[in-house]
Amino acid sequence: MPEIAFISELSAFRNRIMEKRNELKGTIAICGGTGCQSSSSLKVIAALMEELEAQGLAETVHVRPTGCHGFCEQGPIMVVEPDGIFYCHVGVDDIAEIISETIRKGEAIDRLLYTDPVTGRKIKTESEIPFYVKQKRQLLAQNRRLNPKSIEDYIALGGYSALAQALNGMEAGTILKEVIASGLRGRGGGGFPTGRKWKECQEAPGEEKYVVCNADEGDPGAYMDRCLLEGNPHSVLEGMMLGAIAVGAQHGYVYVRNEYPLAVEHAKKAVEQAREAGLLGEAILGSSFNFDIDVARGGGAFVCGESTALMASLEGRVGEPRPKDVHTVVEGLWNKPTVLNNVETWANIPAIILKGSDWYSAQGSNGSKGTKILALTGQVKNTGLVEVEMGTPIKTVVFDIGGGSATGKPIKAVQTGGPSGGCLPTYKFDLPVDFDALYDAGSMVGSGGMVVMDEDTCMVDVAKYFLTFLQDESCGKCVPCRLGIDRMLEIVTRISDGGGKPEDIDLMEDLAFTMKETALCGLGKTAANPVLSTLKYFRDEYEAHINGRKCPAGVCQALITYVVDGEKCNGCGRCLRACPHNSIIGEKKKVHRIDAELCKKCGICRSVCEFDAIHTI
Amino acid sequence: MKPQSIESLLEGRRSQPHQLIEVLQDVQKQYGYISEEAMRMISGELGVPLMDVYSVVSFYKAFHMKPRGKNIITLCTGTACHVRGAKLLLNQATGQLGVDPGNVTEDGLFTIEHVNCLGACALGPVVTENGSSYHHMTPGKLRKLINGLRDREEEKATNA
Repeated sequence: MPEIAFISELSAFRNRIMEKRNELKGTIAICGGTGCQSSSSLKVIAALMEELEAQGLAETVHVRPTGCHGFCEQGPIMVVEPDGIFYCHVGVDDIAEIISETIRKGEAIDRLLYTDPVTGRKIKTESEIPFYVKQKRQLLAQNRRLNPKSIEDYIALGGYSALAQALNGMEAGTILKEVIASGLRGRGGGGFPTGRKWKECQEAPGEEKYVVCNADEGDPGAYMDRCLLEGNPHSVLEGMMLGAIAVGAQHGYVYVRNEYPLAVEHAKKAVEQAREAGLLGEAILGSSFNFDIDVARGGGAFVCGESTALMASLEGRVGEPRPKDVHTVVEGLWNKPTVLNNVETWANIPAIILKGSDWYSAQGSNGSKGTKILALTGQVKNTGLVEVEMGTPIKTVVFDIGGGSATGKPIKAVQTGGPSGGCLPTYKFDLPVDFDALYDAGSMVGSGGMVVMDEDTCMVDVAKYFLTFLQDESCGKCVPCRLGIDRMLEIVTRISDGGGKPEDIDLMEDLAFTMKETALCGLGKTAANPVLSTLKYFRDEYEAHINGRKCPAGVCQALITYVVDGEKCNGCGRCLRACPHNSIIGEKKKVHRIDAELCKKCGICRSVCEFDAIHTI
Repeated sequence: MKPQSIESLLEGRRSQPHQLIEVLQDVQKQYGYISEEAMRMISGELGVPLMDVYSVVSFYKAFHMKPRGKNIITLCTGTACHVRGAKLLLNQATGQLGVDPGNVTEDGLFTIEHVNCLGACALGPVVTENGSSYHHMTPGKLRKLINGLRDREEEKATNA
């Protein structure tokens, strides 16, 4: 990678890359993201390279290991260009045929195409697959077009043009105005207007300023930031560079979760490449702009997603939040003015500068502009990352894109916004994915997690799950959060154990109000949301636990007993072998029974029974 | 493979207190835990009071102060994995190995851990074992995975 010393050299450099690429016969893009890697995509990539080499095609066919394509359920995913043939569940054994049929003859292999679960039709390209049809993949679509470890790929796609444009006489104030006018709001959870944050930082006194990328994606059930940083790290860096020009920062940090090793690796690699190319460092592209970025790893603390805690952690300290009477845009990292945005927010910036704020603000709803990436997971057919225009109704996401229930059982709720969000019932599915609309309904867009739950999910158990998570993750600094979560968990546990009292519901609502008003940081203020939203929409389930001592979904262990249905059990012995607690007794071909003393009520026996012979009472 | 010495991990980071977490991450990765001796040394070399090193080590989940099992089985208990039965897996692992999460089995071979999200939510429930990850896990598959690891260790022991 040669250094690009002047703004004018960038486009010449891009043309040279494109010329080389035009000579290629075809490109095979294979997802090498974390999801597909766990489906052995690395083995497929290695086998493909080997076979191309053996057949003398290594020079003419370009293999591109890419970041996540979003449709993780179908991995490993492969897209063969120029026709864009989309293959799913590709294995090492399929490689020879792909080369002989698709690469050499341009024919699609039926077996590897995606099958529409509704019509049974085989679908040839990504754009026709229902999962992708209703999406607007502005950010995610880039992933399959580039190798995240190649800065050339990013530049070939027009990358760093926004930086060049900004350095080519655009004033810091103009960048700021564009971001404000775009209406972009923070994608990390809070939904704070990005431009306003930048402006406050730009206006803050002091020469030394910082920009920070929050890639400490701690929300369980959300992974869009991992996917962006892993799949297109240069777009995040370019966004940070533009932010740095706008606010006058000289240094940036990417704070990334250590649980995302691939994202750490790709971010570090991208920084190195950008330095080599002269896009980071002194006098970038021959201008007077000096800026550098470092990548720092988090220590696995959910609270470090909070701005002040993250900055403490970057300084090498315990990640505890501080009161925000002085904002971090004025006194942030090392007490200097700091802009902190999450990965998805930064990744939106280059296009806003390049295409203009009018283009951006024309998309989305009134108060929420642009697109949002959602992590659609849980009991839904098509799981993966989904990018939709803001304002798209939840039902479009769950039913049209997600394909509805995966289990055949009716869907009961969707949990949005992670531990600070809430559960929305199906009759609220007309609500749009919009910061304000979901907030008003008692949940939030948050970072974009969307966990679909079917009838077998107990809402009291869900509340207990989130409280357990939050109790574990509360830093313990302020009393309302530390003790409030403790007491709430105690009460919910009592309810799920069958010892709940009718007044418990009022008590929890009271506690929730106190926490919201008095906790130090966002984590504590919103910690009661999972409880409040389930109480609001699924109060009958709480009442069934309290008054009837019953768990309608058959989940809460103290309220259920596992029994074997003598009519259905044929003594196959599967449950007996599967039970890790040795609590099933029975002889071959005779009806088995469960020893209530030893049974831990985990439900493994039910999950393995093929005859529907084990149920709860 | 012999772990890199703490001295070499401190290279280029001495007297830079803000490098504390980065250094600890590397020590954790090389040694599997952070010993008192390591903490004392890091404290001196970075110029961070030992008390602060200890508070950082005990605050972040990434750091362990005791040695862990030879095989680390990490169960994701994020929301998406939770609604798809991560609890069953936890029961399978604890029941089969007879040890609670975070502790080491008597033979020193296994530690079960849970993590709040591995970010592979679409493929849940997810389990990782010594860096390899497994998706759509079931109690049965986990049982076989653990048995396979145990067989491998026993084979190693007989060959040694």
